[in-house]
Order: sequence, then C-alpha cells, then structure tokens
Amino acid sequence: MADNPPHPVRWRDALPPAILIATLAATPLVATAIGDPFLVKVATRVVIFSIAAVALNFVLGFGGLVSLCHAGLFGVGGYVVGVLAWHDFNAEPVWIFHGTSNLAISLPLAAMTSGLAAAAVGAISLRTSGPYFLMITLAFNQMLYYGAIALQKYGGEDGLQIMSDVSLGPFDVSNRYRFFYLALVVLSATLLLTGRFVRSRFGVALRAAAQNETRAIAVGIDPWVYRLVAFVISGALVGVAGALLAAGQQFVSPVDMSWDRSGDLVVMAVLGGIGVVWGPALGAAVFIVLELVLSSWTSHWQLAFGLLVVLIVVTLRGGLADLGRALAGARRMEAARG
Amino acid sequence: MTPSLLIEQTLNGVQFGIMLFLMSAGLTLVFGIMNFINLAHGSLYMIGAFAGAATQAATGSFALAIVAAPIAAALAGLVLESALLRRFYGRDHLDQVLVTFGTILALNEATRILFGLTPLRMDLPSALAGHVEIIPGAPYPTFRLAILAVGLLVAASLYVIIMRTRLGMWVRAGASDRQIASAMGVNVPLVFAALFATGAALAGLAGVMAAPILSVQVGMGEPILILALVVTVIGGIGSIRGAFVAALLVGVVDTFARVLLTPALGGMAIFMTMAAILAFRPKGLFPAHG
Repeated sequence: MADNPPHPVRWRDALPPAILIATLAATPLVATAIGDPFLVKVATRVVIFSIAAVALNFVLGFGGLVSLCHAGLFGVGGYVVGVLAWHDFNAEPVWIFHGTSNLAISLPLAAMTSGLAAAAVGAISLRTSGPYFLMITLAFNQMLYYGAIALQKYGGEDGLQIMSDVSLGPFDVSNRYRFFYLALVVLSATLLLTGRFVRSRFGVALRAAAQNETRAIAVGIDPWVYRLVAFVISGALVGVAGALLAAGQQFVSPVDMSWDRSGDLVVMAVLGGIGVVWGPALGAAVFIVLELVLSSWTSHWQLAFGLLVVLIVVTLRGGLADLGRALAGARRMEAARG
Repeated sequence: MTPSLLIEQTLNGVQFGIMLFLMSAGLTLVFGIMNFINLAHGSLYMIGAFAGAATQAATGSFALAIVAAPIAAALAGLVLESALLRRFYGRDHLDQVLVTFGTILALNEATRILFGLTPLRMDLPSALAGHVEIIPGAPYPTFRLAILAVGLLVAASLYVIIMRTRLGMWVRAGASDRQIASAMGVNVPLVFAALFATGAALAGLAGVMAAPILSVQVGMGEPILILALVVTVIGGIGSIRGAFVAALLVGVVDTFARVLLTPALGGMAIFMTMAAILAFRPKGLFPAHG
C-alpha cells in the first residue's frame, strides 16, 4: 500500500467536498432568488441520499464489501422516526416510554436501531465473502422489506404518514429551509467522520483486508472484526439518512426499502467514485438530478437510465471523481503518442 | 390443517420448488463456472413469459407458446452474453452487479414500451385446465402437475447431460479450472455461451410455465430472481445438486409459511431459513469448490 498512517489532510483532498457542501449550502439562496422552492426539496433529497451513499461507500469502497441491504437499513432508520412520531401523535406509549417527534431523541435512536440491525445482518453475512456476501445481503434486504410490510399497525404496504411536526430539541425544523440545513450539517459531519475513519489506523486495516486478506491476516489483522465494525458504522449512518428522509417528507414506506433502492445506492457510489470519501455524494447529486431531468422528458426514462449505468460501468471505471484524472491521463497518452 | 390440505400444499411447495430450480440451475451454473453474478437472470424469465403470452395471442396455440418461450429467452441470453456480459467475466463482482442492474432497468422499461402497463394473460388449453383427483376428495390442478413433471424431466436430463456426456464433462472441467480446461483444448468461450443460453432457456421455460398461474407483467422477474439467489446460496454456488435440494426446501418452506403465517411474515420465513443455514454452513449445503 502506498500510503501509511498517519495521513495528514491535504488541502487538495479537502477542496472538492468543501466545494460540494458550499454549492449545496447556496441552493436555498438561489431558490429564493428565482422563487422556486421546489429546488430546496430536490437539494434536501440530494443531501439525504449523499449521506446514504457516503455511508454505503465506507464498506463498499474502503471495505471492499458490496452490500445490497443498505436500502433496508435506510428504511429501519426511517421507521424508527415514523413509529416514534406515530406514538407521539396518538399518545400511545411504546411499552413504558412516550413516543416522540423530537429528532434529538429519534435520530440517535434511529442510528442505534439500524446499527443493531446492521450488526445482526453483518455477523451472519460477513462469515462469507464476495458473491455470497452480495447475495446474502440482498436477501436480508428483502427480509427487512417484508418486515416493514408486516407492520400492519404502522400502515403495512401503504407506508406511514408522520402527522406531528418534527422538531430538533427546542427548534422547529418542519420549515423546509431549516430542515435542509439540518440535513446539510449531518452530511458534513458524515463526510468528516468517514474521512477520519478511513485515514485512521482502523481504516488502514480495513482497506488492507479488502486489498489482500491473506496478508492482512498474516500481520495480525482479524478482517471479520474490522469489517463488522465498519458495517455497523455504515449501517448506523445510513439509518440516519433514512430517518432524515422520513422526517423531511413526513412519510416512510416500504417502497424505499426494496432491493432496487439498494442497487440505486451502489450506482450512486460508483457513479461518483468509490475511491474517495466524497465521491458518492457527487454521485448521489448527479443521480438525483439526472432522474429528475430524464423523468421530466419521458416516462420511459428508466430505459435511458439503465443504458447509462451500463455505459458507465463499461467506460468510466473510477467514477466522476476520477474524470479529471482520466482526461489528464488521456491527454498525456496523446502527447506521448504525438 | 387437514390431511388433504397438507397434501395440496406440499404439492404446491414442490411445484414452486421445481420452478425455482429451473431458475436457479442457470444462475448457479453461470456463477459456478464463469464466476459471474447475473442479476438480469430474472429478466430472461420475464422475456420467456412475455414471449409465451405474445405467441399464444398471435397463434392461439399453447404448445407453440411453450416452445417459443425458452427459444426467445435463449436468443435474448445469447445476444446479451456476446454483446455485453462476456466482457465482465474477469471483472470484479461490483462491476457485474452494476452492469446487470442497468440491464434489468433497461429491459424492464423496453418491455413496458413494447407491451404496455396492463398485465397479459395466458389461457390454459382445456386438457390442462381441469383438476385431477390424486387422492379422493382433494382435486389438484392438472397444469400444476404438468409443471411438476416437466421440471423433474428437465432436472433429470440436466443431471444426465452434466454427469454423463462429453459436453457435461467440458462444463465440469471449466468449472473446476477454467485455464487448465482451456489449455487441454476445451473451447471455453463457446462452452460459456452455450451454458449461458441454456440457463436462459430454462429461465424462459420457468417464466412461461408461471405465466398461466401468475400474471405476465413487467417486474415479474425480480421477486423470483431473489428467491433463486437464496436457493443458489443455500445450495452452494455452482452446485446443481445443491440447487435442486435447496429449491425444493425453499419452495416448501415458502408455501407453508405463507399458509400458516400472515403473508408478510410468510415472506420473511425463507430469508430466516437462509440465515439459519448460513450461520452453520457459510458455503451452503453442497459447496461446489472445496
């Protein structure tokens, strides 16, 4: 491996995510200026799916684990917020506790619950590797999906509407703009946190196990432990994203947990580039805007989208984050030839 | 549960298991031999069902539909393999997942454009539409029995082809060591293409046989794909025998869970079974390699 710990943060590495966050932060201003509040809604969606894709990439890009159960874990987080708000609204205690619409309580609970679910899924799935892991996580995703449908009390297949206004501690965040900035803060924290993890000793061990498992074991790293911890962190973070989506659209439904949503998350990560922490955030932004633009042109946008995904896998292997370097490389090749 | 219901549900479970086996056979062979995860396998099932329904609508012949479906799926499989998927045999699993995921989206949407949103129906000919009384007082649909017979026939012929013929020997040789097999003169790309097409034909056959029972619609391939993946994982990737045993297990467990529990909880039962089995046998019941 080329890089050894400790890794100092170079400004060059911090620049792209900083630009990304700054651009997103400016969106509400633009929305106000042009009088189009819909833009804030889109930006919120971008931010939330960025969190999810960055969280997924922690195990995908750095742990080498292709997980297809992250939509399920995403939904677990959403349902924690939804169910707690339901109990708050209907004044029906959960066992001995009151329900709540306060995100200061329900967000950490969502992270814990989806982290626990990730621990259970990971403990079994990580006993296997490669294709087995992929297929098993896919199956677990469906299990969570059917689990959500089985929650008849909370809407079952139709999903669960959040009737109460969500707050964060004493602050009311049901305002669209405030909620956007809350999500943006969470995204920034996620980027910083995952960046730290990746550069830490833990992250180096995780990456080493992904690159060469035999060697990692030989130097005394137990890959299973590192992968499980990474999987739990990733699961908890994706749960937070799911919780934010539920709180933001005041609605949570099993549809967001189906396995093709897991596939979407993987596409976002790969589209942006799985080699860097911020890549998937860029990928999520491009994905959501593309989805929006294509679907406004034609109802059959998925045909174009599917072909685009195929094209990206065939051509752009490092994702959009690598586009600059790929172009520079092509120019160098050209120069060398000419 | 009365004895007649028990027998009926057992037959249903076995029949569903046989369908799953037809799906998983191609999946597990393609994976075991080419080391390729084909998530688009469910699309081939869908293509089979649509080809069957369209053939029946055009000609009125059920027999022709049953024949046309596997052929259409095999052709689609061949085109897909030679034009696109072949390049991904050596790539990592992430790329394989992505390329087949993109293929699913595109094929689903293309089918929607061609056939529209309304589900198609396939009608059974009168000879198969009735019931047979296997045991007194428990009539059972003739068509489901026919599925069972066809499935068992296919399973038996697959076994004979793979274990007793030269072609099967090549397939097994390619599975155990692709490079050595190639060095010994096996035309590996050709065997791969043939294998992929065979798997596609079986998926298409499963699709057209499911068509009269379920409705023919876009997206019908994905639920069965996921169950087929579960079968493949439980059975041990690359093992035909494992796929057969696991398919029957999954079919029976799924059927009974849906009868005994609520539909949604019943849907979870199969994944719990998988988790329980993998907790003890991470490589499945019949690991093909080592």
